[in-house]
Amino acid sequence: MTNREPLLRVEDLVVDYYSPRGVVRAVDHISFDIMPGEIVGLAGESGCGKSTAANAILGILREPAQMTNGRIFFQGQDIASMPPRAHRKFRWRHISMVFQSAMNALNPVLRVGDQFVDMVQAHERVSKRDALDRARDLLRMVGIDPLRVSAYPHELSGGMRQRVIIAMALALQPELIIMDEPTTALDVVVQREILQEIEELQRELQFAVLFITHDLSLLVEFSNRIAIMYAGEIVEMARAQELFREPKHPYTVGLMNSFPSLVGPKSMITGIPGSPPDLANPPTGCRFSPRCPHCTPYKTMVHPVLQEIEPGHLVACHLYGAEQELTHERASTAS
Amino acid sequence: MPFLYRRIAFYVIALWTSLTLNFLLPRLMPGKPIDAFYARYRLEIQNNPHFLDSLRIELGLPKTPLWQQYIQYIVNMLHGNFGISYSFYPTPVIDVIRTTLPWTLFLAGTATILTFLIGTFLGIVVAWRRGGKLDSLLPPVTMFASSFPAFFLALLLLYVLAYIGGWFPLEHSYSGGTDIGLNWPFLTDVADHAILPVAVIVLTGVGGWLLGMRNVMINTLAEDFITMAHAKGLSDFRVMMMYAARNAILPSLTGFAIALAYTVGGLVLIETVFSYPGVGFTLVQAAQGSDYPLVQALLMLITVCVLLANLFVDLIYARLDPRARTQ
Ligand SMILES: Nc1ncnc2c1ncn2[C@@H]1O[C@H](COP(=O)(O)OP(=O)(O)OP(=O)(O)O)[C@@H](O)[C@H]1O
Ligand code: SF4
Ligand SMILES: [Mg+2]
Repeated sequence: MTNREPLLRVEDLVVDYYSPRGVVRAVDHISFDIMPGEIVGLAGESGCGKSTAANAILGILREPAQMTNGRIFFQGQDIASMPPRAHRKFRWRHISMVFQSAMNALNPVLRVGDQFVDMVQAHERVSKRDALDRARDLLRMVGIDPLRVSAYPHELSGGMRQRVIIAMALALQPELIIMDEPTTALDVVVQREILQEIEELQRELQFAVLFITHDLSLLVEFSNRIAIMYAGEIVEMARAQELFREPKHPYTVGLMNSFPSLVGPKSMITGIPGSPPDLANPPTGCRFSPRCPHCTPYKTMVHPVLQEIEPGHLVACHLYGAEQELTHERASTAS
Repeated sequence: MPFLYRRIAFYVIALWTSLTLNFLLPRLMPGKPIDAFYARYRLEIQNNPHFLDSLRIELGLPKTPLWQQYIQYIVNMLHGNFGISYSFYPTPVIDVIRTTLPWTLFLAGTATILTFLIGTFLGIVVAWRRGGKLDSLLPPVTMFASSFPAFFLALLLLYVLAYIGGWFPLEHSYSGGTDIGLNWPFLTDVADHAILPVAVIVLTGVGGWLLGMRNVMINTLAEDFITMAHAKGLSDFRVMMMYAARNAILPSLTGFAIALAYTVGGLVLIETVFSYPGVGFTLVQAAQGSDYPLVQALLMLITVCVLLANLFVDLIYARLDPRARTQ
């Protein structure tokens, strides 16, 4: 990595859901940054807090979710503390997002073109006509017939809808696009096509990407760096090749072994026994310990901190790095 | 637009069915309509043996087989030839309708549209600020108002505000002696007479629309396209109206058709309480007076209103929900 200033810097982000079952801490003190033009992967099992983190970064958390700690810097500016009006102008212009659910992310009663127009007009003073022209160009760019601007979402296939959303995400030429499992709702063939297209567009336009997936294999060639998330925390972060060559955290190793095969039917052969913890009531100490064969009982009581064990390789696990003290963590979890 | 043809075919069949029922009902009831006239015209009948036959023809009750009567009846109905009212004899039914229907359409239309608009709008606002002050206040208050039977509320308002307070007229749709037409005194007079009946319908109806809209709206607000609309940086107002409400209103629209139609027919009690000279009030009088031609014509009218309201909403629905057009 160079010494350039990061495009996005997430510091100590915490997001809580105030649910009837109690407070669910879906994102627990995560920190990372993204360089301009960089592709960062965020992987982890379903429910580990990936989408929640993404929504917090984009500033679109809604009740009952609340960002209870942390700061989010974009090009050095703290965007999480922006007043709502300014933030509305900021998002999509600088950070856009391709949503997890292609099927439902478009308004069913508005034409595709109109959903471009209102977005462009919310940020720029342009005529409807010019905005529609731009929509046509963008659709062409993602491989959709420009005439489809006058289609309603239900007239498009799932793959086409996802391309439309990608086109919308590109429209204002943002520096960062968050892609939240952009292809999970689609069949394998379409998945591949769309991924390739995203790759080409990224090479051409040089936007940075935060690519969220629970399918680590997708990230192999695609991303520069990968963060692994478990139960609301980042447990490992490294350059992509390094992570694949030498996964350190037992959870990452488990994820690697549970690769779905690229050709065969998409079955998740889970290499990790057990299931993720309940975030309303997470285990004390290392959250992965109930599923981990490696730790001594004493050490599992201690919460492992994310630390750099090799240049650019961060792991939160007692098997690596300096000995970690039994901190006040215990006292706080006992309460 | 095959969607529309199918709907229209459905309406034609519905209309025919109700016409047929309408034809059969009075004929299945005990007592012949003509009996009422024996008493009234006994002298004439005694003096003139042909009087009865001519009366039969005039009243549309010839002594022909049922199927011939049926065909004649359908033909008459389609020509708007509803016969002569017994109770307002010799006024043709069509003239009775001409003076009553506009009042009902005015009353029902104003009241239902107002109820719908107010209830729906409040539902949108309350759902948008879910859990806020308005949300904890409006639903219970409006539901409390809805729990009154309409005629009871009507009597209450009439007694307190018109009889005791004297702020509103006691009966009818306009005051005697006003110059009927498009002039200011007449219009304000009509409005004056309509306020209480409209208020009763609005007060008892708003809660339903509010709750219905609120519930659908809350579900819609959880949809991903709402999150995406926020993410796009759209104004809250646009997200609320064009993304949330625009979708959430679709189920309400169907209900609106039913409500509109229901009010036309269901005004009976309200019109009776306020002696409002509309279809409902007249229907009660006609039924009490065994005035079959008038009853038949009014029932058919109500049916046609129901069907037209439905057709109207079908058209709007097709415009508002692109998915309905292709289904
Ligand atoms: N409205 C809510 N109330 C309470 N808890 C919630 C709510 N929404 C999400 N959560 C919890 O927050 C956690 C994180 O959810 P999130 O959607 O961010 O996961 P994810 O990693 O994106 O999963 P997936 O891969 O399935 O999309 C989950 O464990 C979930 O149970
Ligand atoms: S800290 Fe211990 S329990 Fe947790 S992942 Fe590492 S080895 Fe396993
Ligand atoms: Mg998700």
